[in-house]
Amino acid sequence: MTDIITDAEEAGFANDRTQSNTLGEAARAYVNRVRGGDMGALPAILGLLVLFIVFGLANDRFLSALNMANLITQAGAIIVLAMGLVMVLLLGDIDLSAGVTGGASAAVMGLAIADHDLPWGVAVLGALVTGAVIGLVIGLIVAKVGIPSFVVTLAFFLGLQGLLLKLIGDGGSVRVDQEVIKGITKNNVPPTWGWVLAVVVIVVYALLALRSHRLKVSKGLQHQPLAVVVAQIVALAVILLVVTYVLNLNRAPNAGFVIEGIPYVLPLVIALLIAWTMVLGRTAYGRHVYAVGGNPEAARRAGINVDRIRISVFMFGSSMAALSGVIAASNLGKVSTSSGGGNTLLYAVGAAVIGGTSLFGGKGKARDAVIGGLVIATIANGLGLLDQASYINFIVTGGVLLLAASVDAISRRRRSATGL
Amino acid sequence: MSTSPLLELRGINKSFGVVHVLHDVDLAIYPGQVTALVGDNGAGKSTLVKAVAGIYPLDSGEYRFDGKPVEVHGPKDASALGIEVVYQDLALCENLDIVENMFLGREMKTGPVLDETSMESKAREVLASLSVRTVKSVRQSVSSLSGGQRQTVAIAKAALWNSKIVLLDEPTAALGVAQTRQVLDLVRRLADSGVGVLLISHNLTDVFEVADRITALYLGRVAADVATKDVTSRQVVELITTGTSSDLDGAAAPSATA
Repeated sequence: MTDIITDAEEAGFANDRTQSNTLGEAARAYVNRVRGGDMGALPAILGLLVLFIVFGLANDRFLSALNMANLITQAGAIIVLAMGLVMVLLLGDIDLSAGVTGGASAAVMGLAIADHDLPWGVAVLGALVTGAVIGLVIGLIVAKVGIPSFVVTLAFFLGLQGLLLKLIGDGGSVRVDQEVIKGITKNNVPPTWGWVLAVVVIVVYALLALRSHRLKVSKGLQHQPLAVVVAQIVALAVILLVVTYVLNLNRAPNAGFVIEGIPYVLPLVIALLIAWTMVLGRTAYGRHVYAVGGNPEAARRAGINVDRIRISVFMFGSSMAALSGVIAASNLGKVSTSSGGGNTLLYAVGAAVIGGTSLFGGKGKARDAVIGGLVIATIANGLGLLDQASYINFIVTGGVLLLAASVDAISRRRRSATGL
Repeated sequence: MSTSPLLELRGINKSFGVVHVLHDVDLAIYPGQVTALVGDNGAGKSTLVKAVAGIYPLDSGEYRFDGKPVEVHGPKDASALGIEVVYQDLALCENLDIVENMFLGREMKTGPVLDETSMESKAREVLASLSVRTVKSVRQSVSSLSGGQRQTVAIAKAALWNSKIVLLDEPTAALGVAQTRQVLDLVRRLADSGVGVLLISHNLTDVFEVADRITALYLGRVAADVATKDVTSRQVVELITTGTSSDLDGAAAPSATA
């Protein structure tokens, strides 16, 4: 922190800038922010573009509609798990048990359907409650006993694998045959409804963004230039329409069959993205989560119940893990003793960090999970198409994670140096 | 004094175990005035501030607010009376912006959703009323602010809640010359707006510049409670270091008439 106040800063508030007037100025301000270390989602988006270009050139099947649909169903479970982890990471905590929490919760769902013939809704609710209870216990231990979350969740990582073994039995697995559960990843939204959904999302987003912009201008508050708002709307519209178009193509490998439409998992992910973006960005609860992650002592003095925030965040994180376990079970068609183990958790942490969530707490958004999850899934998918040995997959993913964590650490240093 | 004190402590005693920290301390804070609380390390300044803020319960003594005796059992009671404390470590969240910090824990809402426009307008209003001109934008994050700017935000945050009394713990301790200037100006403007300010400080230059009254603590007792214009810097140093000042008659038995 510099003690020198420049003239420009000194002049400051008197003519407090409420906007950068032109698109050019806004772009320059953005470049300055990025150079100052506030990168946001930029590295991940650029990385995703590079991956798409490289894999697209290396294998002509990569960009096919069939593979894009595969990519989305593969990314679904990672993204949902990563969304839960973003919340935990926002507090500066970690949940190493999130993957196996998903596995254990999915096992509860699978057994409820297979052994007890319960309706799918009840079974999924059971999985979510399982996740929430696990999160509650972890949160209570971390907040009230004061053990670092790293250690607590490492213990749960081991313990829950034992629970999973007990539930399913050695080496066995539970088949997930229920139509609706399987349908999350296997069935598709009818193409017409896909278009309707895409257009509705675009129109609602555009109306909200324009209304908020008008309100800010009329009250003389800080706002972006209209051109930037419009550019954001157009970018969203283009992405959604292109994705909808590609997924609405017939992607059946054999003539005579028709497979078309958006896999149901995509609208599910978008709904979760909107919900968490609203909760974190627009509610007092979300604001308090950021505050606790930034400075717990300041949050406490501001009258925020820090323990309650921490416990609730672990509950939300584990519930999202449970949902992710359900999606993974849908994609795999079964829950096995290794569900949620292996690299599941590390992929999700990697996704959150690659997307721009800081490991140091206080910085991150729900969209980080989506962008980072797509990067991770793209690496696995693309290398799979190139028939690479699986060791390459591990090495590349590890390298990307390391790169993302370095970007986080270095940009953090630059931020404190430039004071952005 | 022309007006009656807004907050008055009479005969306050506070012990921690066998250590008797505050002995029959009287303290008065007047609206629209800056009262400086001076004293050496260990004189009991921090304990007194925490007693006012409701963090420490009093062993004995009377807590009067607006002329009426009140019971203050915790920080919540104190802030309900309109007493805000700005601690030395500022308790701001670096990852949040100025508006977010000013409203932290007391966010304005429409339904379940944060009312960002009202909060930004209100923050702007308060900063403008205190003539704060040192921040570029109310939407920049606190991590980008200098020490003086952070102090400014912390003080403005205390002023935001129509507070009647603001306690400032060493607000200029870590600041450079220009920033100290800004913060002292801000303290003055805060008092001029009718708030009763208690300024804890080691720096007598600051005290003489901005304070209307000086209360000196010496080993847990009030050594003097005097108007700034009636004393010299040398006398205050004597009060702080020895508890008495030879040429300051009668001031050592202060507030007998209060």
